[in-house]
Amino acid sequence: MIPAFLRDVRVLRVIGQVVFLALVAAGLGWLYHNLESNLQAIGLKIGFGFLNNTAGFPISEGIKYTSTDTNGYAFLVGVVNTLRVVLVGIVFATLVGTVIGISRLSGNWLIRKLAGFYVETIRNIPLLVQLFFWYFAVFLSAFPLVKNSIALPGFIYINKRGLDLPWLLPTASFQRWGWFLIVGLIVASASYLFRRMQLKRVGRPGFPLGWALASFIAIATLGWFLSSAAPLRWDIPLLGRYNFSGGIEFSASFFALFVGLVTYTGAFIAEIVRAGIQSVDKGQTEAAKAAGFSSGMILRLVILPQALRVIIPPLTSQYLNLTKNSSLAILIGYYDLVNIGETIFNQTGRVVEVLLMIMGSYLIMSLLTSLFMNYYNRRISLVEH
Amino acid sequence: MRSILKVLGVVLLVVAVVLPLIASADTLSDVQTRGKLICGVNSTLPGFGFLDSATGQFSGFDVDYCKALAAAIGLDPGNDIDFVPLTAGERFTALQTSQIDVLIRNTTWTLTRDSQALGAIFAPTTFYDGQGFLVRKSDNIKSLKDLNGATICVTSGTTTEGNLADAFREAGLTLKTKVFAKTEAAFGTFDDGGCDAYTSDKSQLASLRTISKDPSNLTILPETISKEPLGPLTRQGDDKWFDVVKWTVFATFFAEEKGITQANVSSFQSDNPSILRFLGKEGGLGAKLGLNEDWAVKAIEAVGNYGEIYTRNLGPNGLAIPRAGSLNASFKNGGLLYAPAWR
Repeated sequence: MIPAFLRDVRVLRVIGQVVFLALVAAGLGWLYHNLESNLQAIGLKIGFGFLNNTAGFPISEGIKYTSTDTNGYAFLVGVVNTLRVVLVGIVFATLVGTVIGISRLSGNWLIRKLAGFYVETIRNIPLLVQLFFWYFAVFLSAFPLVKNSIALPGFIYINKRGLDLPWLLPTASFQRWGWFLIVGLIVASASYLFRRMQLKRVGRPGFPLGWALASFIAIATLGWFLSSAAPLRWDIPLLGRYNFSGGIEFSASFFALFVGLVTYTGAFIAEIVRAGIQSVDKGQTEAAKAAGFSSGMILRLVILPQALRVIIPPLTSQYLNLTKNSSLAILIGYYDLVNIGETIFNQTGRVVEVLLMIMGSYLIMSLLTSLFMNYYNRRISLVEH
Repeated sequence: MRSILKVLGVVLLVVAVVLPLIASADTLSDVQTRGKLICGVNSTLPGFGFLDSATGQFSGFDVDYCKALAAAIGLDPGNDIDFVPLTAGERFTALQTSQIDVLIRNTTWTLTRDSQALGAIFAPTTFYDGQGFLVRKSDNIKSLKDLNGATICVTSGTTTEGNLADAFREAGLTLKTKVFAKTEAAFGTFDDGGCDAYTSDKSQLASLRTISKDPSNLTILPETISKEPLGPLTRQGDDKWFDVVKWTVFATFFAEEKGITQANVSSFQSDNPSILRFLGKEGGLGAKLGLNEDWAVKAIEAVGNYGEIYTRNLGPNGLAIPRAGSLNASFKNGGLLYAPAWR
């Protein structure tokens, strides 16, 4: 006879889960044991000591780095470069996607059809092909050589290697000005919170962020004029024998990757935005119109808050896709973390370790994106009173 | 619970990916049982390893060594080889994971690669190369010093990145680099003006110049910034197989030293004891390697001696890399090629 507690469904469920967990753990242990013994058989041992060794290879994009820095730091340069293209890419892909998505529902025939054409073309061509197109056919072929750079007003130069811009460098008095910036930030946050509470009390919509920005800029400007010398100076790109020096340079590879990711992901986001807007009942717009709302207010206060609930979950996966697709960078010569990671494992032979680090980096980035988007999703989701 | 499962799933995947790292301890008998030699080669480097898209045939200096090896172990060099085209980044993983039996893909012999770190071991050097720079004549670049501040295109997964940084650091010059996964993209960027120079082994530069849009405007700088001894690799811990690869290479050196060629090897007459041992008529050397007695004869029959392999792929009708006076000449002519004693 089976004891009574073994017939209890709740106990059975717990047992089931425990057994499952044990099986998974055993499977993992077996795999790890295999990995270790196989590596041992060919004389390899997992270890991360190589990260402290001198890298010895050049990287010419991203934060300050020399070839005498360590492998670990070189990897970090790659992570930062990936983040740079991903963050800017996500912002612009969202903008492009929103504009195109709204355009697909436009009353204007031409705009509607053009937006539809964009989505159907971009969505149906592999990203890799598009990246090659942007890099080789557009940036590398259509732009002039460095010595014939297109010069725009304000010391801006465009050539087939990229875009050179003037850049602000801190001077000796920057540190003092820094204190003003910190004070400005504190005041800005305080005024943001104050204004938000005030708006909540009177129950009216408004822009608390505008107040914060205004107070920050006011204090920063005050500090600027109180400084003995200008705390920042312009660093202007100058043409040398081969390249521009000074200022800041965004490489053609960066732009090709950025434009490729934005247009590609933008097409998918456009469809998500369109679906989101269409999910809001037409009667709502009509009711808002009858209540005297302007069309901008209808979009901002009636349609978007409801559409966002439909938009956010699939939008998150598009952000994740963009992040992961950025790993195609190595094919068009952008120094992302896969590119630099590959160089590291070729110099050191640490394939397994570096691949684990690369996978871990993408995992962390993706999980953080998911976390943030899930938080945002919860915040905007329907609250039942 | 769900997020834990997510993490577990990812970890499982990771481990599953690295799982096929199963080393075989006896590659020679594996190859003989299989009846096929799996050879990792280059498919995009004319002269060394090149896949002709019209005929589907591999050809080149490294490819000939695959054929010599197949013939030496008693396989048909025409049919019994699976060529696996590999990029620079893929090649060592392919060797470590036993995807290939031997890697003959213009690979530089370095300490790290020859050590526990990579788990590989190098057979004798078949081609002594060195890293150089391909530049445009119209840019008026005469030496390495003229490249100060230039942008240089590199292929990832090679020793060239490290050498480049070392050379510029030593000379006190600054540089910018662009790294690509594929040679075609790196060289294409240089050829379109995206870089001022392309750096790689000089033999590769000679090869790539032939596929440029404007070969007559390209020139190779006189400086050689590195030692690049290229040769076959096998996995560590399989000495028997390593010996076979090593002595197949030596057989091509030895045949050249003694004037044994593809045409005369089957009927070669000599009273010289070491030649008799080479031809398998005395000494039982084949058995010591685990091969047939005529293994060396078969290898030479397949591709000829070193000089013939060189002339066929890198000589005047191929890449036109001069051999006389270079390190790649036989030791009799002042080069470095030297076969150990045949006994």
